[in-house]
Parts: sequence; structure tokens; C-alpha cells
Amino acid sequence: MLCSICQKNEAKVHLTQIVDDKMQKIDLCEECSKAKGVTDPAGFSLADLLLGLGTSQEAEARPAAKPGELTCPTCGLAQSDFKKSGRFGCPQCYVTFAEGLPVMLKTMHRGLRHAGKVPQAFRVKREPVDQIKLLSRRLEKAIESENFEEAAQLRDQIRALKQQAPSAS
Amino acid sequence: MPGDLQQFLSQPSEAAARTGPLDRIVFSSRVRLARNVQGFAFPGWAKKPERVRSLDVIRGAVEQVAPMKEGFSSPMDGLSGLEKQILVERHLVSREHAAKSGGSGIVLNRSESLCVMINEEDHLRMQSLRPGLQLREAWKAIDELDSALESRLPFAFSQELGYLTACPTNVGTGIRVSAMLHLPGLVLGEQVNKTIQSVNKLGLAVRGLYGEGTEALGNIFQVSNQMTLGESEPEIVERLNKVVLQMIEHETNARQKLLEEKPKVLLNHIGRAFGVISNAFSISSKEAMNLLSMVRLGHDMELFPDQSRALFDELFLTTQPAHLQRGHPGKLGAEERDLLRADLLRERLQGVSRPVVPKPPSPPADAAGSAGIGGGI
Ligand SMILES: [Zn+2]
Ligand SMILES: [Zn+2]
Repeated sequence: MLCSICQKNEAKVHLTQIVDDKMQKIDLCEECSKAKGVTDPAGFSLADLLLGLGTSQEAEARPAAKPGELTCPTCGLAQSDFKKSGRFGCPQCYVTFAEGLPVMLKTMHRGLRHAGKVPQAFRVKREPVDQIKLLSRRLEKAIESENFEEAAQLRDQIRALKQQAPSAS
Repeated sequence: MPGDLQQFLSQPSEAAARTGPLDRIVFSSRVRLARNVQGFAFPGWAKKPERVRSLDVIRGAVEQVAPMKEGFSSPMDGLSGLEKQILVERHLVSREHAAKSGGSGIVLNRSESLCVMINEEDHLRMQSLRPGLQLREAWKAIDELDSALESRLPFAFSQELGYLTACPTNVGTGIRVSAMLHLPGLVLGEQVNKTIQSVNKLGLAVRGLYGEGTEALGNIFQVSNQMTLGESEPEIVERLNKVVLQMIEHETNARQKLLEEKPKVLLNHIGRAFGVISNAFSISSKEAMNLLSMVRLGHDMELFPDQSRALFDELFLTTQPAHLQRGHPGKLGAEERDLLRADLLRERLQGVSRPVVPKPPSPPADAAGSAGIGGGI
């Protein structure tokens, strides 16, 4: 079997990785495996290897944003920076780049609205009526999935909220 | 409190002796939360002086909360390359985080069940790790740590989008729930790709031993959620739990099927693996992992009746490159490590008897002659 990279030498190192849902096999000669640093199982990634990338280097030098390009006023990240890295620069970027966000999030997630934990500092702002509705929905789901420990906690939370705001019941 | 990491960490034998529900197939359960702090740019975009400042603030806060007291805390540039690699092999930090230096750090709790990576891709990547299938328990532990931290650090949060993360694929709950599974039956039965694909269809990811883009060494696979927005944490935990239970069932069935249809093929794999691994004088990490996987499978099938599984799990850890390098002055080359690894395996497996031959299925009751031969009534 010939080496998958140089196609010249006999392959001695055989690797299997999961790439795009599939177990993929790659066969390397000793020289290429050394050159690519694949002697340690934890030290490399087949995806990087196939894409011809080395270990990720931090980009300290930043190209200036194109004139007129949408740029985050808080951190200076430009739209083109985001396109390149797929990463935002700061929390405010979610506001700066809000327009294209729903389309992108739809391809990544199950919903477009947060349905999970809320930090205490943000919790008080929610009306008790809304909070009870939200908790009741989670209670139903918890019962459905037979997660009774969580269901009991939710029931207590709902009870406590109803006592605080009797009009909500 | 930066101290000696190697003194802080438990011995591999202790680490391997931790047990949990269904740990025959599930090595460990993990829940990770991504959090960021208002007022700082995300670590990948911030320049180094800002990362150094945010590290100071965050590390100070994390060290103070009750679950992390008496823990180990260090900036990444305070750790040697070997120490970082040991943390990766223990699955306490990601490979990406191990590559970081100034401006990043870690805090680890006393029992090594909670680990906070500071300034990885997000300001905080905190994870809870438990042996066996304990996803609910892992979520509960990390939820508590998160609640304790939120009064000390103003997390970046939006009512609509939830916890704001550097990468929009993590926004919302910022949660990644994962389990590490040993699936030799599905691999030998050539059913593993089918299983991976059906798990992928449910929006879950399957990866190799060290996460994204790494090799599925030793028939070890990690399954995890990918979507983080639009569902609550308990919903995500429950779905993964359900899928893992199904995968355990598939693996169990695959082993049963092999045993019924091709017992000799299966025993041949295990017997040869034991023969090589207990007698080799040079062995690579990859070969060792794959053979250990077979021997561990043999243990599950009760072919090593006098051994505890902990010995094999310990060897999964101690044969990794950084664990082998420990206690050896001067950097070992790959060839030297292969010799040392074989020495270690021969020594640790010396007292292990070769696999017993399982009894063939009992003959039908009317098969004559058995009484005469057995003779002992
Ligand atoms: Zn080659
Ligand atoms: Zn920004």
C-alpha cells in the first residue's frame, strides 16, 4: 500500500478518524508521518492533515477592515473577520451583527430563542406570569421524559412563584 | 496556589479504580458549559494584555467559590509541556487549551471532577467529569458551580439568545453533554458506521478519543450534542442519555451476536491481543490502545476472571506518551517510548493468566455419554 501523501513510499502508519460522520482511513509512510507529527495520537488531527493545516497559529496581525464594512464599535471586529474565523470578538458583536444572525442560527440550532438557564441577575426582570408559563412548560416536558427529580423541583418553583404573585395563578 | 501538578493529580491506579453505573461500556460522562464575562473581548480576539487581565479576574473568582476550594490553579505558562499533555490524556483539558500559554489558565478541584479552562475559545469552559453513565449528576454538579460563579462574574447573557459565546454554534445554553463509550463489538461487527450515522441524524456528534478530528483509538468514541439554542439543559441531557442507553444496547447486542455467530473469530482477536500485549518488547501507543481494547472486551466476557477491570483501564492511561514520559529525565523519542511501553505492559500483565476458554454451549439434554465421562456424582 502506498502512502496517501507522497504516493511514493510504502505506507507504515495507518490511521482511522471520524471525519464528516464517517470513519476514514489514511495510510502514511514513516517519513510523512514524522513530517506531519503523527507519532502521538493526541497531537494531531486528520482533518487538519487533510486540509493541509498545521497547528493553529494565533493571528496577532489583523488586516484593517475594508472601508464602509460593518464593524463592531466595541471590539473592532469586522464582518470579514467573522467570515474568516466564524468567531465573534465580544458579546456586543451579537448586537452589531444581529441582522444576519437568525439565518445562520437556524442552520445550527433547534430553535432561535434561549430556553435554558437564566442567571439570577437576569431572572428578576421576567414577569412572574411569564416565568410560571415557562416553568410549567418545562414541568410538562420533565414529566413526559419521566425525569421526576427535575419535575419536583419545577413544581416547587412554580408553587413559590404563585405565592409571591397570587394574581398570576 | 500554583503547586506541583503531578503531586496534585491522583495516581493512574486510583483514577482507573473510580467506578460508575454501566462503566462496562461507558468510560465517562461529561458536561461542559461555555461562559463569557461582560467587559472583555473574547479570548480569540483580545490582545494578550487584555487576556492576561481577564485571566487574573476570572481565576481569582473561580479559586474562591466553594466547589473549587483546595483545588489546583495555574496559568498555562506555569505548566510544562509534559504537564499539559498529562492533563489532555486525563481528559481534563482540551488539546486546544493545552496549546495555550500566557493569558490562559486552569483551575481544577480537589477530586478532579470539576475543571475550569480559562481563556480557551471562551472566557470560561467549565466541565464536570464522572465515571460511567452519570450525565444528570454531571449536569447537576456543573450547574451548581455555574450558579456559584455568576454572583462573582457578570456573565454575558441576552434574554433572547442566552449565554453569548465566541462561536455562535455554542450560544444559548453553552452546553456540551458527552459520554465516552467503548464500542469494540460494533467495530468488530462492522456496524459502527451505521450507528454513527443514525446518531448524527439526531443532531448528535460522534468523535474520536481526544475530541474533534481525532482518531477513534482503542474503539473509544465520544458522543455529544451539537445544538445549544432552543432547548433547556435538562432536555439536552435527557436526549443524550436516551441515545447513550440505546448505543449501550446496540453494543451489547453486537457482542452477543459475535459470540453466537463467530465465537472463534472473537476469541482469536482477544487471545492474540493478550499474547502480543503481554509479550511485546516494543509497542506503539496506537497498537497498545487497540490491543487493550480487545483485552478489556475479554474482561467484560469474563475471560480474565481473576482480574479487575481497573488494571486494564489504568494501562489505557499509563501507556499514553506523556504518562510514560513521567519520571524520566530527558525527552524520550517515540522509539524509546515504544520500548518503555512494552516493558510496562509486560510487567503489569505478568500476573494475569491467559484468557480462559469459555465453555461451549451446553449440549442438548439427550446427548448421550456425558454422565459416563463426567463421572463424579
Ligand atoms: Zn509518504
Ligand atoms: Zn464586538
